[in-house]
Amino acid sequence: MDAAQALADLTEISSQIEAAVLFDASGAIDGSTLADADSTSALATAAAELLDRAAAFRTAGVEVTQLEVSTHEGSVFVVADGPRRIAATTRAEPTVGLVFYDLKSCLRGASAAEPAKSRRRRRTNGEAADGEA
Amino acid sequence: MKRKFLTLLGLAAGVFAGGALYRRATGRRRERADVYFDDGSMVSFVDDSPEAEALLDVARAALAAVRP
Repeated sequence: MDAAQALADLTEISSQIEAAVLFDASGAIDGSTLADADSTSALATAAAELLDRAAAFRTAGVEVTQLEVSTHEGSVFVVADGPRRIAATTRAEPTVGLVFYDLKSCLRGASAAEPAKSRRRRRTNGEAADGEA
Repeated sequence: MKRKFLTLLGLAAGVFAGGALYRRATGRRRERADVYFDDGSMVSFVDDSPEAEALLDVARAALAAVRP
């Protein structure tokens, strides 16, 4: 499943999520539900800044895995899994646990494609090596 | 006399509890930031703390950026 499909599934199953962006630790955008590139970039940049600011509240070596910032206008969620990140906005007072669950599922779905390809490549090499031996 | 006092006390407690429930149901929720760390800990900052304000400002800007 690629990033676009994972995001499409996310918005289909979660009516609470208004916008979501998949990006990585370097700031590169992997996918977005937003049509506008500026809005996508703004959300990813804000999410990265939220992670940085939140990380500063703890000692070095402890990383932020997820956060929710709840305002009267809506909430911003960010989930980090290694170098991969997903950020989303929702309406005010969302079902927090459900949103986190959906975001983690989306992040896993988006990152599932690359490891699958890698495993296939490794298996092919192993088979070739076995055949040669 | 004692019975009357207990009745009044019960009435006062009921009014107080009802008022608290009403305020809770109709009042605006406080803005806050919940942060979860990889050691399993979690910290919640409410809107009158400098930590929360540092995150709330960024979140408000993000919400404004993605909404038409």
